[in-house]
Amino acid sequence: MTGAGPAATARVVHVAGEDLRVLEAGRGEPVGFLAGLGGLPLWTPFLERLALERRVVAPSLPGFPGGGHVHHQLDDLLDWITVTLDLLDAAGLGGADLVGHGPGGLLAAEVAALSPALVRRLVLIAPFGLFDAAEPVADPFARRPSELPRLLSSHPEAFAATLALPPGEDEVEWRVGSVRAAEAAARLLWPLGDLGLRKRLHRIVSPTLLLWGGEDRLVPASYAKRFADGIAGPTRIRSIEGAGHRIDLDAPEAAAEAVLAFLREA
Amino acid sequence: MKLLWFHLMPYTDLPDDFKQRHPSVWVDIDSRLFDPTKAHHMYNDFMDELEAAADAGFDGICVNEHHSNGYGLMPSPNLIAASLARRTRDAAVVVMGNSLALYNPPIRVAEEFAMLDCISGGRLVAGFPVGTPMDTCYAYGMNPSQLRERYREAHDLILKAWQEPDTFTWNGRYHKLRYVNPWPRPLQKPHPPIWIPGGGSVETWQWCAERDYVYAYLSYFGYQAGQATMNGFWGEMKRIGKDRNPFRAGFLQFVGVAESRDEALDLYRESAEYFYNRSLHVDSRYAAPPGYASEATIRSKVVSQVLQAAVRATDERAFGAPSFEEIVSKGYVIVGSPDEVAEQLREVAVTLNVGQLMLLLQFGNMGKPLALYNTELFAKRVMPQLRDLFEREWENRWWPKPLPSAERARPREVGR
Repeated sequence: MTGAGPAATARVVHVAGEDLRVLEAGRGEPVGFLAGLGGLPLWTPFLERLALERRVVAPSLPGFPGGGHVHHQLDDLLDWITVTLDLLDAAGLGGADLVGHGPGGLLAAEVAALSPALVRRLVLIAPFGLFDAAEPVADPFARRPSELPRLLSSHPEAFAATLALPPGEDEVEWRVGSVRAAEAAARLLWPLGDLGLRKRLHRIVSPTLLLWGGEDRLVPASYAKRFADGIAGPTRIRSIEGAGHRIDLDAPEAAAEAVLAFLREA
Repeated sequence: MKLLWFHLMPYTDLPDDFKQRHPSVWVDIDSRLFDPTKAHHMYNDFMDELEAAADAGFDGICVNEHHSNGYGLMPSPNLIAASLARRTRDAAVVVMGNSLALYNPPIRVAEEFAMLDCISGGRLVAGFPVGTPMDTCYAYGMNPSQLRERYREAHDLILKAWQEPDTFTWNGRYHKLRYVNPWPRPLQKPHPPIWIPGGGSVETWQWCAERDYVYAYLSYFGYQAGQATMNGFWGEMKRIGKDRNPFRAGFLQFVGVAESRDEALDLYRESAEYFYNRSLHVDSRYAAPPGYASEATIRSKVVSQVLQAAVRATDERAFGAPSFEEIVSKGYVIVGSPDEVAEQLREVAVTLNVGQLMLLLQFGNMGKPLALYNTELFAKRVMPQLRDLFEREWENRWWPKPLPSAERARPREVGR
């Protein structure tokens, strides 16, 4: 934590039979955040920075930290989209701006396509959901643990430190929580092929920012154009040089500023 | 006790520098290493060995399923079992087994196992593995978070398909079938014995106890490493009030037997080293797809066997391969004279309390002559020393019940 922004508070919303955590911080117009791989075990400097200007509301997706075991109820993409819609409604994010990262980006795009009125401005940070065999999305689920930091981040040592056991946490539960988050992502994305979003992109009418780390080794930065080409609403592509897939860790200030600048245009 | 002869069907011609030049024997093994002409001979040699084992008096012959795997050339064990059903008379045909979640619809397993049971005259043991991560999640693209749910549903569907006389509708979570009515049905009633090959998960132990299935621990690391798992299994049986009938449990052990220990050490060195250093060279990146191990298993810190193998493989890349001396001293392979092997196996069976003992007598790049020598010497000189174990005290309720021999069909001799 940089101490630059307001502290987050937690509440719960009841979705799919479980209490799911919603973290929030800041004031003003709400902006929803659907987190990426690993979810939000802790609040991040990127979100702190966003919360200097907006009320950031981050509901936990099923199986990700704070997301209970709801993922075990979800059998296909439609189930995931349905629970995401329920979650955004319950968190009071109907009609708000929405930011999604990685798997959260996929679900944000799906929600914007299927329920356009729910999303004002849309920010997709290196989202999953498209697949080009000529330049495939890398497989984060077939990695030795030592390889993951380099795959996900341009600052692998700093990234690895975020995975370490925080003081006061139970080691087994911390490990179970991180495996559960990986399982939730796998349940949604496995085996990382085209999920059908391609056929729905034209339904996205929200102004959309496609934000990428220039050194994303997981979802190639060239996918920004594939998304932009399919989305009906006005799109902007923004790449942050020197950042990897975890742009929120590699370049929190620049990433937050890019998001805020785009949202300010409303 | 029952003594069964197990074949993995390893590709026997991986290059000497395989481990140095290739990341994995599994999933992304280089297909350019596969020579179908050599494989023609390997398959036929392997099937000869299985048939010879049945002729030599082994109680059962076992085959299993692997995909994209350089030590297991049986994506379909059912194909091999079909041939064995015709070419053997009395041995149990033990298919260990079909990874249920990979068959769509799963009634394919009900059908093919019923065919095998009919063709063999009721000699089938139906093995229902979940399957390794490499086979299921990577080679076959199965979602690791859904694998076990799909396995359980497939299991329930197959059991019902075998036992329900009327056509029925299946409205499952993953499978919707308007008309379920497999034809043929198994010869054994209510169904062939079911054995579950498993690693060390508590859920699998409970599941076997609850359903009254055999739990088979197919370890590549011998009885010393298997001790903890089998202790866990029997501890769980005790906790839930099941008896210690040793026929509830199966265990796999590599064995090399010769006239003397020195001769055995000499004869089996190369194939053992080949297996542990080339065949078992598994990349750890394919060992632990998220969701494959349940949270309970993670919590109990029971690490699955495949993960152990892969971790070993990783360690060995760092620290060098296990030497033959280690392979022997750690009990991965039991080698010795017939009396020495019999004594050790008796101790293994008693210590682990295992009544269905599966022997790997062909392993690594072992050729047919040595595999047959190992098999025949074992059958003549080791088997008689072990046969009586457990037989008086316990009933083996998990063994096939075939038609009486006189009522079984006699396949025609192979013509010219």
